[in-house]
Amino acid sequence: MTVPELKINDLRVSVEGKSIVKGFDLNMKGGEIHALMGPNGTGKSTVASALMGHPKYEVTSGQAHLDGQNLFDMAVDERARAGMFLAMQYPSEVSGVSNADFLRTAINGRRGEGNEIPLMKFIKTMDKKMQLLEMDQSFAERYVNEGFSGGEKKRNEILQLMMLEPKFAILDEIDSGLDIDALKWVAKGVNSMRSENFGCLIITHYQRLLNYIKPDFVHIMMNGQIVKTGGPELALQLEKEGYDGMKTELGITDDEKTVEA
Amino acid sequence: MSMQLKKLPFGAEEIIKFAEKRKEPKWFTDTRLKGLGLAEELPLPKPEKTRIADWNFTNFSYQIGSSVVSQLNELPESIQNLMKNGEEAANVLIHVNSSAVYSQLSKELTDQGVIYTDLATAVREHSDLLANYYFKTTSIGKHQLTAMNAALVNGGTFLYIPKNVVIEQPIQAVYYQDAPSSGLVAHTVVVAEQSSSVTFVESYLSDSSVGEGAANLVNEVIVGENAQVKYGAVDEFTDQIVTYVSRQAEVAKDGRIQWALGQMNDGNTLSENATNLEGDGAAADIKAVSIGSGTQKQNFDNYVRHVGKATQSQLLVRAAQKDASNSIFNARTKIEHGASGADGEQTQRVLMLSDDARGDANPILLIDEYDVIAGHAASVGRVDPDQLYYLMSRGIKQELAEKLIVEGFLAPIVDLLPIEGVRRQLTTLIERKVG
Ligand SMILES: Nc1ncnc2c1ncn2[C@@H]1O[C@H](COP(=O)(O)OP(=O)(O)OP(=O)(O)O)[C@@H](O)[C@H]1O
Ligand SMILES: [Mg+2]
Repeated sequence: MTVPELKINDLRVSVEGKSIVKGFDLNMKGGEIHALMGPNGTGKSTVASALMGHPKYEVTSGQAHLDGQNLFDMAVDERARAGMFLAMQYPSEVSGVSNADFLRTAINGRRGEGNEIPLMKFIKTMDKKMQLLEMDQSFAERYVNEGFSGGEKKRNEILQLMMLEPKFAILDEIDSGLDIDALKWVAKGVNSMRSENFGCLIITHYQRLLNYIKPDFVHIMMNGQIVKTGGPELALQLEKEGYDGMKTELGITDDEKTVEA
Repeated sequence: MSMQLKKLPFGAEEIIKFAEKRKEPKWFTDTRLKGLGLAEELPLPKPEKTRIADWNFTNFSYQIGSSVVSQLNELPESIQNLMKNGEEAANVLIHVNSSAVYSQLSKELTDQGVIYTDLATAVREHSDLLANYYFKTTSIGKHQLTAMNAALVNGGTFLYIPKNVVIEQPIQAVYYQDAPSSGLVAHTVVVAEQSSSVTFVESYLSDSSVGEGAANLVNEVIVGENAQVKYGAVDEFTDQIVTYVSRQAEVAKDGRIQWALGQMNDGNTLSENATNLEGDGAAADIKAVSIGSGTQKQNFDNYVRHVGKATQSQLLVRAAQKDASNSIFNARTKIEHGASGADGEQTQRVLMLSDDARGDANPILLIDEYDVIAGHAASVGRVDPDQLYYLMSRGIKQELAEKLIVEGFLAPIVDLLPIEGVRRQLTTLIERKVG
């Protein structure tokens, strides 16, 4: 099996007519962990939503290819079946649909008709992954995200990630709202996925998560673009200096944003 | 302005003959004739925002019937499917083309004085008892359709639970129509005497062989002091059957009724559900779910009247509208003067699944007393695009994702149906209607 590849070229995205992402480039391979950091409102979630295909986000130019397949030619569900996964910053609640039914439908959608996962196997796998994430069994039968606490929703995103085994996952602020223990469980979940066949883009504001999930690359995004790429030390530097320090170093002024907008 | 009344396609002479054949007592035949007289005079009901003038409520044959069977496996398959669990078959009355063909009531219940029989038998064998309750919660002269029910009644069920009898097992009635152009004119009376408790579920089915037909159903529930009735229903008549269904309850002091209604007809439907909370501390819980599809038109009126002090009601309606269907949902909560401490809440939510469908939810609160709590919420909306995106982002195809959302939207009511077999029946129905 060849190592999966995700190539993003000069991606530009508008939301409600306003240009947000302005030339975003990133190449990822299976086995790699990338971290994406940047100030609030800089367009990190917008990149994630555009790659997954949220209808509100308009890709105005640029390309994204997963193993040579053009993502922007595919519907949201096709992208997922091709191997994309997005753990969302704000996951939706779906009343009346149990977590287990939802996951089984998703897995079977991927496997295709006639190749459905045997029920017992599904239950066992889900049990195991829920244990690893320290999720109570009752979450299998509870309605999708309904009444979940912030941290429980995040763990539920990782449960889905582990069950669906995508080629690439984007984790959008998976650490926000997690207590220290939950952060470790989530990291354990993600680390259990690490292999040649899985690449991950972690969007985060905090160095802490990166202590548990060691990134190979750290990218800093500002004003809709990646402005600097480095290794794990970049996150540490950022933690020390903050974005202002980084801006001075890179000669970026805040005006640039208002001028372009 | 007076409406031109169409001449009715049935008369006194044939009704008297029909009654004689059924060996009915005089009071019952008199009620038929009174109904006939009123049916000739009275107009159709005037449901808000739904035009029913051209619906076929009157042209059908009511003189139909079927012969008794001794075993369930002699019955049509769609009935047998409902009886798969065994639990369902323990206390059941099955009607085919308006007449009872199979009945089963456990000896334990018979010994406790429970009466469970078809209306034709009840009229003959429990005439005096039935007469106390027949057309007591609703009047014959309410409008032309109630009057017609009295005049032409050809089916129905009588369930009587004596004082203090608490029944755990559900009691079920199934109606199945397959005779061409037939009409089911059924009248059901459920009486739960003081401190008794029962779960009753009725299912209405038909085969497409009926073609154009009609159903006129009047169901009365009398809940005695401190008694509890769980009343479940699944309506699934085929698309050319025009249905008028009226489900009425009267609840005495500290009594409680729970309605769980699966209103899944494929044809035009006029539904009146009314609960009268007469006694102090009486309570009602109404849950109704429906799906509009094709070009069907439906009107659902859910009414709760608070008379007694500290009466409570909770009304929850959820519906999905597909294709070019058109449904009106009225929820009316009335709190009478003197009903102090009453609490009436209603919520109606309609999910629109197509641009051509129409759905209206009208919340109506009428309050004549100060010291009460009342609330309403009504919404008509579309499938949430973020929910859809979320499900699709996990690889679920759009149609399937929509189906999950709709089924999930209706699930809170389905989950409350009191019999496993009926829940399954309704779930399958929803899957079929949404799919
Ligand atoms: N659906 C939307 N409607 C309107 N504006 C939007 C929408 N989505 C994003 N934006 C705007 O686009 C800009 C970038 O938002 P985005 O969510 O991508 O930022 P972010 O980098 O993820 O920030 P944060 O770190 O706060 O999560 C913001 O100004 C935001 O208000
Ligand atoms: Mg964000």
